[in-house]
Amino acid sequence: MFQNIGEMMLLLWLTIKAIPSAWRQKRKILEQLFEIGNASLLMACILSLFIGGVIALQSGPVLRTRGLVSALGGLVGLSICKELAPVMMAILISGRIGSSMTAEIGSMAVYQEIDALKTMNINPVRYLVVPRMIAICISLPVLVMFSILVAWLGGALVAAFNREIGVSMESFFNNLRNVVEVRDVVNGLIKSFVFAVVIGIVACHQGLQTIGGPRGIGRSVTKAVVNSLVLILILDYFLTRFLLYFDK
Amino acid sequence: MSTKESTDRGVAVEVRGLRKSFNGQMVLKGIDLKIAAGEIFVIMGPSGAGKSVLLKHMIGLETPDQGEVLIEGIPVQGAHVMDRFRLAMIFQSGALLNSLTVGENVGLYLREHRSKPPREIDLIVREKLDLVGLKGVEDRYPNELSGGMKKRVAIARGLVIEPQLLLYDEPTSELDPISAVTIAEEILNLNRRIHATSVVVTHDRDLAFGVADRIAIIDEGKIVLVGSPDEVKANPNSVVQRFITADFRKEKPTL
Repeated sequence: MFQNIGEMMLLLWLTIKAIPSAWRQKRKILEQLFEIGNASLLMACILSLFIGGVIALQSGPVLRTRGLVSALGGLVGLSICKELAPVMMAILISGRIGSSMTAEIGSMAVYQEIDALKTMNINPVRYLVVPRMIAICISLPVLVMFSILVAWLGGALVAAFNREIGVSMESFFNNLRNVVEVRDVVNGLIKSFVFAVVIGIVACHQGLQTIGGPRGIGRSVTKAVVNSLVLILILDYFLTRFLLYFDK
Repeated sequence: MSTKESTDRGVAVEVRGLRKSFNGQMVLKGIDLKIAAGEIFVIMGPSGAGKSVLLKHMIGLETPDQGEVLIEGIPVQGAHVMDRFRLAMIFQSGALLNSLTVGENVGLYLREHRSKPPREIDLIVREKLDLVGLKGVEDRYPNELSGGMKKRVAIARGLVIEPQLLLYDEPTSELDPISAVTIAEEILNLNRRIHATSVVVTHDRDLAFGVADRIAIIDEGKIVLVGSPDEVKANPNSVVQRFITADFRKEKPTL
């Protein structure tokens, strides 16, 4: 595990060093952006709509019994943008995109395509890792932004149409506007950027380390998804602690 | 290409005391070889003898446990060898990038190193594909090609580099006899044209004795013999003779 973390830090450093020449890979970056962003958008919207809805459904009746239902917009707004949207999107992208990154790079490793790149003096980090890292670091925060907006809408719809809650969309969003500040959204976006780096590096590292044929590829994909989920949840706690200092 | 030692000649390769083991099993047990610049050097031996592992060490894809490989006196594991010399390897499987078309695969080196303008790259790609007997396949993907076609595309990709050292891992396996002859001719042509040093790992005795300046026989991780094709044929060593004369004949039915 510790050796893996050391190797991943080294890969991250090599990736950062190779970023200045990334413009040469712009076609690959665009392809990856399309793959990550466009292909995940519908899934992200569906997920977010229901997450927003379920938060409102769970907390609305409780708040109503205590006479605090007018605070529902703020509660849903804050929990979505600071916590749920970044973590849910990171989990979605880790399972959907991180796994496919690992499988693709892993199969290239197994079938000697990466060796072929090396013999042509083409740096695999620059050619394979950098475009994927740039694409995921751009698209995950954008997806999280979408997710926040759609989840708020989901919360507002449930608040308005559920008889036990009965908060109009207008008062839901009024309260949300009063409570949620821009920095709360930025807070979520910072988290999503960090999660994007984690997902990208873990996926690419596992892909590059793959040995042993189709079975090895399967093992790497599983490892990449599990490791990135564990790291996301651990980092989420420490990032929250860190970002809380700026809320004061 | 300006950073390369851009002479149109091959490079000398020296292997010193090379040892390598995988999971405790020693594959190379102290290999010493000297390959002259511009030479066509064939490595033959039974399967599992360590030929491909030796080849991978020559281009820096494997790190030796002991010993070293020197290209023009410079350790291949050291920094910048790949920047100084043009090296290429033709993998047994072809190792084409499956996400790229044939044309993109062949032109990959030139595009990534910005060696030529795109239009010129397209012309070179077509020329090299012609050379290996493939026309009009630029837009196809590797998974649409047969094993032999993949091998020829891989050779075209290697030729594009105009290498000073070209390593072939079983270049004629999976090829029909006519394509195998074309490949053998191309190994000879490249050697004549740019005096590239060629190291060929093969089981194909026709190819080996047809193109080699010298042949090394490797068995169980050790070099058994190095010599000219005639010297190898005449050598009485049983391992050598068994390998170069192995034959199979169907028994004639008795009347």
